[in-house]
Amino acid sequence: MSICFSGNEAVAYAMKQINPDVMGAFPITPSTEIPEYFAKYVANGEVNTEYVTVESEHSSMSVCIAAEAAGARAVSATSSCGLALMYELLYVAASSRLPITLACVNRALSGPININNDHSDSMGARDAGWIQIYAENNQEAYDNFIMAMPVGENVRLPVMTCMDGFITSHAVENIELLETDVVRKFVGEYKPENYLLKKENPLAVGPYDISAYYMEHKVMQAQAMKMAKARILEVAAQFEKISGRHYGLLDEYRMEDAELALVLIGSSAGTAKAAIDKLREEGVKAGLIKVRVFRPFPGEELAKALSNTKAVAVMDKSEGFSANGGPLFAETRNALFDQKERPYLIDIVYGLGGRDFKVEDVEKVFGRLKNIAATGEIGPVYTHFGHRQRGEQA
Amino acid sequence: MIHAKDINEHTPYEELTPGGEIYEPGTARGFNTGTWRTDTPLFIADACKHCMLCVPFCPDIAIPVKDGKRLDFDYMHCKGCGICENVCPFSAIKMVSGGAVV
Repeated sequence: MSICFSGNEAVAYAMKQINPDVMGAFPITPSTEIPEYFAKYVANGEVNTEYVTVESEHSSMSVCIAAEAAGARAVSATSSCGLALMYELLYVAASSRLPITLACVNRALSGPININNDHSDSMGARDAGWIQIYAENNQEAYDNFIMAMPVGENVRLPVMTCMDGFITSHAVENIELLETDVVRKFVGEYKPENYLLKKENPLAVGPYDISAYYMEHKVMQAQAMKMAKARILEVAAQFEKISGRHYGLLDEYRMEDAELALVLIGSSAGTAKAAIDKLREEGVKAGLIKVRVFRPFPGEELAKALSNTKAVAVMDKSEGFSANGGPLFAETRNALFDQKERPYLIDIVYGLGGRDFKVEDVEKVFGRLKNIAATGEIGPVYTHFGHRQRGEQA
Repeated sequence: MIHAKDINEHTPYEELTPGGEIYEPGTARGFNTGTWRTDTPLFIADACKHCMLCVPFCPDIAIPVKDGKRLDFDYMHCKGCGICENVCPFSAIKMVSGGAVV
């Protein structure tokens, strides 16, 4: 069924179709509409979900942790400082191996306070042990949320499905919905082996882990994250059967013979694709790799996809303040190290706090790559894009 | 099902529970936390009227009760906090320095 939905409504609708047991609900722009739409479904009796309104995101994630440990399927949605307030609990959820599903609507972190899009919120949580899947558009936001539970519950890791604040969350697009019974069948019942409400064997969740055990549990967690890669692809293959839509760890666009390429995450992929089509008409061998899954990071797959390129720009939509490039750049450069032949690689931090990134901006980046490929002069490796600076015309 | 008794400091990671969860109750009973003690309560049985005030105040359930009478301390779980001495109206509990049971 085709329908006109914003990204937020698409995710809320996916939640409704799944009918989770518990939602920890707390509003924050731009994710507020998700619990708002969902509250309506609860009030109308369209779902059986226990809708728990709390006093903070620290509590909404705590609700999810408790519910999931009890044996229930729990969801939440947040953005920006809300995710930051969950920080402690994100680690508790992941290390207790509770497969919660969280819709993260990406927004800049304060300060200065800003409500618009970039990836600094979820990138700050990239090492918390959550699977992270990013959407380019409303359709992907809907699809990713439906695929999240069969992934997370299988490997016992929580899943964060991310979409760009306002650009995706508030823009209305035509998307294809699946039938509710198809979604329910696909997602299935949540059947953990052990849970707090299983009366046959009382359970302790989250006990103190002394040095003699902690490292072993971290190894198990790291193994689960490695295993998640195969599971994500398995679930994507099953999802393709019911939807006809194909998903990988990466999305390669016009990469077959590409010499110049961008690596980026999220909605900017749409902008980049439009620019690449234009450049291709002009004879530029341009291509794009959209990183869909950031955790687990598809390093080998990315290295392979970039193996025939000459110059590559990694586009980071979050700063990171490492003084050595953004988080996506760090991962990409890391992934390329084992390759014998490597492309020239630069990092461009862009789009912070909702700064626009247009088709002509993509063309400018490709212009720089073209120059690097022709001359071998890479110039500064780590730069920012789209900000004002002295000596440049507005 | 992995049981707590089968897990020890030599167990390989593959044989531990994934989130560190424990699939049975009461496992703290077998864990000696008495070694954490730096002060130790002495039970002076002659002074005790068995009023039972110390029992609910003990944060570690380290004062066993049998047939309406309190017994000597469970030193395997007593951490020597001294609350019992503080609440005892009959001076039947005396804290002494050091963790050893005198």
